Amino acid sequence: MFGLSKKDTTFLLIVCFLTLATPILLQPFPEGSAGATFNAGYPDLMQRFAIFGIFAIGFNILFGLTGYLSFGHAAFLGVGSYSVVWMYKLLDYNVIPGLLLAIVTSAIFALAIGYVSLRRTGIYFSILTLAFAQMSFNLAYSVLTPLTNGETGLQVYTDDPQILMGENSPTSPHLFGLVMRDSVQIDIGGWLFTFNIGYYFCAVIAILAFYLSLRIFRSPFGMMLRAIKTNQTRLNYTGLNSRPYTLAAFVISGMYAGLAGGLMAAMDPLAGAERMQWTASGEVVLMTILGGAGTLMGPILGAGFIKYFENIFSKINDNMLHQWFGWMPDGMEDALIFISHFFVGKSWHLTLGLLFMLVVIFLPGGLVEGGQRIARWVRGRRKKGSGDDPEHHPKPAPHVAE
Amino acid sequence: MSKTNLTRRGVLRTGAATGAGLALPTIFTSAASAFTNAPGDSEVTLGFNVPQTGPYADEGADELRAYELAVEHLNGGGDGGMLSTFSSKALDGTGILGREVKYVTGDTQTKSDAARASAKSMIEKDGAIMITGGSSSGVAIAVQGLCQEAGVIFMAGLTHSNDTTGKDKKANGFRHFFNAYMSGAALAPVLAQRYGKDRKAYHLTADYTWGWTQEESIVSATEALGWETVNTVKTPLAATDFSSYIAPVLNSGADVLVLNHYGGNMVNSLTNAVQFGLREKQVNGKNFEIVVPLYSRLMARGAGENVKGILGSTNWHWSLQDEGSQAFVRSFGTKYGFPPSQAAHTCYVQTLLYADAVTRAGSFNPCAVAEALEGYEFDGLGNGPTLYRAADHQCFKDVLVVQGKENPQSEFDLLEVVEVTPAEQVTYEPDHPMFDGGNLGECNPGA
Repeated sequence: MFGLSKKDTTFLLIVCFLTLATPILLQPFPEGSAGATFNAGYPDLMQRFAIFGIFAIGFNILFGLTGYLSFGHAAFLGVGSYSVVWMYKLLDYNVIPGLLLAIVTSAIFALAIGYVSLRRTGIYFSILTLAFAQMSFNLAYSVLTPLTNGETGLQVYTDDPQILMGENSPTSPHLFGLVMRDSVQIDIGGWLFTFNIGYYFCAVIAILAFYLSLRIFRSPFGMMLRAIKTNQTRLNYTGLNSRPYTLAAFVISGMYAGLAGGLMAAMDPLAGAERMQWTASGEVVLMTILGGAGTLMGPILGAGFIKYFENIFSKINDNMLHQWFGWMPDGMEDALIFISHFFVGKSWHLTLGLLFMLVVIFLPGGLVEGGQRIARWVRGRRKKGSGDDPEHHPKPAPHVAE
Repeated sequence: MSKTNLTRRGVLRTGAATGAGLALPTIFTSAASAFTNAPGDSEVTLGFNVPQTGPYADEGADELRAYELAVEHLNGGGDGGMLSTFSSKALDGTGILGREVKYVTGDTQTKSDAARASAKSMIEKDGAIMITGGSSSGVAIAVQGLCQEAGVIFMAGLTHSNDTTGKDKKANGFRHFFNAYMSGAALAPVLAQRYGKDRKAYHLTADYTWGWTQEESIVSATEALGWETVNTVKTPLAATDFSSYIAPVLNSGADVLVLNHYGGNMVNSLTNAVQFGLREKQVNGKNFEIVVPLYSRLMARGAGENVKGILGSTNWHWSLQDEGSQAFVRSFGTKYGFPPSQAAHTCYVQTLLYADAVTRAGSFNPCAVAEALEGYEFDGLGNGPTLYRAADHQCFKDVLVVQGKENPQSEFDLLEVVEVTPAEQVTYEPDHPMFDGGNLGECNPGA
């Protein structure tokens, strides 16, 4: 179906299911229970999962396939956000014109930055993209303040033109009347599920983005990109000019980032310069590596992982720790709180850092490799006794889509 | 064969999704309540959104301490702090409207995006009825906008930019902290009196919104008194070495250097300026002087010896002798072992003011609370008689002019109050050009 092999179709359907069922899957604990802190099924975080998933999928098209490590993708994220907010200011709160503009402007930016940066490879390429992104950040932060509203961030004011704004138009982002912020909450025996319009809008776009990247991975174009990663010099010797391919990959992934940035502003009508800072560029690199660079599912997992830590672990404070460990004897309670203090609340970075180290050391292929190992282990146990000699078996190459 | 099968399924799925999507808003409107996150009968949740990591983590940690203290006092714990000195006696230590006060915390990272994400999770997940905190104007403005959209009250923490209650003011947002204009208005007369009316000033300004409004305010206040502004130079926010900006000051003919910097920026620029020997210089037959318009104790500690004798302004200082300040310093000191910073003070006061407004209004509805706060006059919270002006939701109160102490007694005793500028002197019209542009809009109760 959809021009995919059977295995890929199943894979896509699984992704669709997971994405659409997210509001239920992320709410494993009933309201009011101690575990409710770990629930992640509220609109803002789910939207972030989808948006950063798109960002990471796009980044992976460049980094995972061609091996070019860009440290400046946040610039496109910011450009996308600014485009959408400007469309709000000029037209009205409908997200569609903004998102289209976001994709177009980020493509133009990517073309310009890519054209220059891709003249170099390896570390020089990374540094060039980093420099461009920092330049964009500084421009947005102070120099271009009339356009970006500087540090404060671009917002919609009541005296903006908004020429398409009618009498009864919604006063927050919407898709032809479907207001992004609206959601319906369903309470089932203590479990509270929030189905948010904005999330489903992001989710549908994320699935489309995923499908597109799946097609790119399987296409001759994708094959060419992999060839560049394997050995660009050899490819050049065969008489092929590889730069148009890398530039195309760079622009495509820039457009993904622009779309993600646009969606951020579509969910929350504000565009800030921090979105372009190098830390934001570094974050997507971490997401991709943590999840598994070059795999389809990896970047999405990585994005979800990091956003979960940032939003859930950072909110655990001493008060909650006291509640959790309150039943223990005093000395033990204090000791446990003292230890956990280093891993939650403001120290969430440390937990994330440790996990990142563990993943990089023990699972160089990222979380996806972890999943594959478990799957292989389970399969191996099942196969035992089937008569096959496990020692003399050609190792199946991991399917790139796993 | 299988192809048609799957396509049909796909069509069905899309159809169902579209149908559900179209049906959603109708379900939603039918389940609407009076306002966002109406609390239950036993508990009410407040959201404390402070920088726990990043450049202002110190301020954030102190803010959080103050919030915990405020919650303790509201729930009837501790010694009650400022509850006993507050001019309004509506609060009696039984929580807010009989509901026990609970709180959730979040990390703003001093980034608008992170701050908004954190505030959103408090509103969407934890059911917070009010958001407060923050240690930078960019964050305050971003979160204020979010609270306006979501329909909860925002009680700003440390934010000094004119814009927070100027062009970015919002009906659901309230600021107790003073602003750049007030700094200028309070500082200028003291500067004129100390250093004379015939001075040439050189400004180094952090290149972002707060820096600009700060510079604009000081320039206009000092020029009104006869000073001349030789030059204003913008420095990048990320700069850590200001030597290259200090050197031109020496040849500019200026005899006063104004550092419109905050936090680590100010610590570094002041240290550089002192290392260059500016303070020993004689220019135009006068001693060269340095001014830091916005001071905080945490910054003074960072700059160490260099702050001695340098003038600036602050919102509040723990050495104030009024009853309210003393009560607050006492309970804060008892609990944590050191005196509170001005950030802690403003956050503590904001929490009390919110709780008091809810109690007086008899409702958690943001619109009722806003109405109770607007035009409210109170006393006993450390800054003397104070007015929450209805036109822009800015507090008007006395402003302190301080200078670095020559002989500090302890690591907290770094600033001394030179003058308490009365509120009238720092009051401005709501349509003052520096604050013009935005409008409050309508109060939004959400849902």
